Amino acid sequence: MSASSIRILLVAGLVALLEILCRTGVIPNFTVIPPSAMAQSLWNILASGKFTPDIVATLTNVAIAIAAAMLAGVALGTALQGWPAARRVLDPLFATYYAVPMYAFYPLLIVIFGLGDLPQVAIGFLLAVMAVIINTLNGLDRVPPVLLKAARVHRLGPLAAALRVRLPCAAPYVFTGFKLAVAYSFIGVIGAEFITSSRGIGYEISFAYNNFDNGVMYAMILFILLLVITVNMSLHAWEKRLLARRRRA
Amino acid sequence: MSHVSLRAVTRVYPARSGQAEVHALDPIDLELARGEFFAVVGPSGCGKSTLLDVMAGLSAPSSGEVVFENQLVKGVPPGIGVVFQEDASFPWLTVHDNIAFGLRQAGTAEGEVAAQVRYAIEFMGLKEFARAYPAQLSGGMRQRVCIARTLVLKPRLILLDEPFGALDQQTRLLMGDELLRLWRETGATILLITHALDEATMLADRVGVMSARPGRFLDVIPTGWPRERDSTIVSSESFGRLTSRIWTRLRGESIRALGRA
Amino acid sequence: MRWRDPLLLLFLLFLLWEFLYLIVGDVALRSPAATARNLGAMLGDERFLPHVRETLLAFGQGFLIAVVVGLAIGVPLGAARFAGEVAEPILVALYSIPKVTLYPVILLIFGIGMPAKVAFGAIHGIVPISIFAMNAVRNINPTHLRTARVLRLSPMSLSLKILVPAALPEIVTGIRVGFSLALIGTLLGEMFGSQHGLGHLLMQAMSLHNIERILALTLLLVVFAAAVNALLLALDRSLHRRAA
Repeated sequence: MSASSIRILLVAGLVALLEILCRTGVIPNFTVIPPSAMAQSLWNILASGKFTPDIVATLTNVAIAIAAAMLAGVALGTALQGWPAARRVLDPLFATYYAVPMYAFYPLLIVIFGLGDLPQVAIGFLLAVMAVIINTLNGLDRVPPVLLKAARVHRLGPLAAALRVRLPCAAPYVFTGFKLAVAYSFIGVIGAEFITSSRGIGYEISFAYNNFDNGVMYAMILFILLLVITVNMSLHAWEKRLLARRRRA
Repeated sequence: MSHVSLRAVTRVYPARSGQAEVHALDPIDLELARGEFFAVVGPSGCGKSTLLDVMAGLSAPSSGEVVFENQLVKGVPPGIGVVFQEDASFPWLTVHDNIAFGLRQAGTAEGEVAAQVRYAIEFMGLKEFARAYPAQLSGGMRQRVCIARTLVLKPRLILLDEPFGALDQQTRLLMGDELLRLWRETGATILLITHALDEATMLADRVGVMSARPGRFLDVIPTGWPRERDSTIVSSESFGRLTSRIWTRLRGESIRALGRA
Repeated sequence: MRWRDPLLLLFLLFLLWEFLYLIVGDVALRSPAATARNLGAMLGDERFLPHVRETLLAFGQGFLIAVVVGLAIGVPLGAARFAGEVAEPILVALYSIPKVTLYPVILLIFGIGMPAKVAFGAIHGIVPISIFAMNAVRNINPTHLRTARVLRLSPMSLSLKILVPAALPEIVTGIRVGFSLALIGTLLGEMFGSQHGLGHLLMQAMSLHNIERILALTLLLVVFAAAVNALLLALDRSLHRRAA
């Protein structure tokens, strides 16, 4: 049997096990509700449209964080690649960036920007942008020098060379940065919503928790898990198709 | 009036951590007539690629001047095409889009682009591969894509740096024929760098023999071939004589270069 | 020569902070100097230390569990090729889900308090440690294993003398990443659901709009995390250099 079929069986088996344990009361319902009940609750919520504004709000913030991180990250990465001295000085920052608890800045951002959506988008952006910069740098480093010469022979200026030769060549690495930007934006925005916010999926989960509403809470948790896993799997599949063009036959 | 001239061109690479200064080119003087086919042979490391870089404007000479079409060369001038030793095809574009790259860059109308690219693809024998990606092609085909990409911009000077280095002998002879065909069709001036003596002798109007580093021209040997030539000349008597004359000149330099390696 | 660049970086960050303070003003920021003073005062305040102890205790236990469980999962998966192949996408998927979504579940299971915080930190650290450990064991040069067989080493000798040193650099990288993530997880847990600890203090300061305290705590956390990571990174790099 192939690895992926075993994997599917494994996951299905674990879900089934959870279902049995919940239904028989081994796991009490005020702790965890059965997966089937989670799915049912989620279906009801989506159908009723009760949380649609929250879902839209969260997804919009995530999308903005991703877009901003990609634009700023690719631009900064490209600029830094041409400035080795700056890159050397910033190197310790690159190395320790993800060790720092970014959420610690959340209160500060709220104080500066107020309680709207901006602090959450900012956290998502801050978490995502460094991954884009690092991977863009990595990709640009690997552009074969002969392609840079070819760009000059075609008389491309620095901006045209970056946009039409260097970045397209580095695209697989930029895509890796994109995948990370997506993951980090979700983590940042939803995490921030948990800590404190007035709307969004994270907020609704937190609210449901505080009001002992396990049905809603687990439904929304399931929603996020399914959403993130689906998005990641789609990106992975897309990446494979793009890379297939470049693989030696 | 020569098409390209190099006058007293030198190229010195400055000293770097742990490495001394490198004199790649000692005064090079060279004049190429319009439409001429000139080959450069020399031992490895003698500065042949540096010569090409300087001629194309990719690298500035440390002293002396490079003149192309009566203009001093500073940066890459329009009208020059280069085919590199390594594969320079763009892996993210199809063969068609690779070849169309320069034309689109210049803002040519799509209809015109399509027509020109189609012609270049047919000329280089790439018709079945127009929608393929470079990764799916062999090394020789990828070089053809690079040549087609250069060709389509109608350069007046074409520089080639050991373009057939990675290919087997038969393919190289055939590619040589194609290069000659290209040369006759476009009327461009061609400078070909090669380490293969027979290739240089067969293809060129004149063969320049470079010394070991620092490189300069020891000798420039005219071949006297007619314009309408192809790979069958390799079996002629004059071919044998020319090749051995070049090798005699070159042999000593190669030994010197090997000793320094 | 090597000290010049990091010092320059610190100086630039300091300048950036000062510059932002000049723009934004006291309504939302404090100057670096004032923050350093506040932090000093805070560290001297005896009411403050119990919170530090709480956070360190929670983090320490969570990190330890993450290391033990992470290695216990990762090493066998690295050794058993097929099992590793099955498990890897699952682990990678777990890595990218916002683990914060599982916090309410953890709170329901453990209740509010220390055990929940330890669990928060642990779940953040387990996944990277196991992924790195799995890859570390998987990528052990087969030649080492064959050499060991030729030398007829016992399983214990094999593990200690060959497997551990060969896999160590990558395992240390995983532990370093796990360290940082466990800290982040512990902190996040304290910010979301706790009455004690640095994370809680941070949230409390926010609701009281106590800007000095917010900045002092943020500075403390950032410096601590960055400093420890820098040390671990130096260890990581020296192990990789030695192995190369």
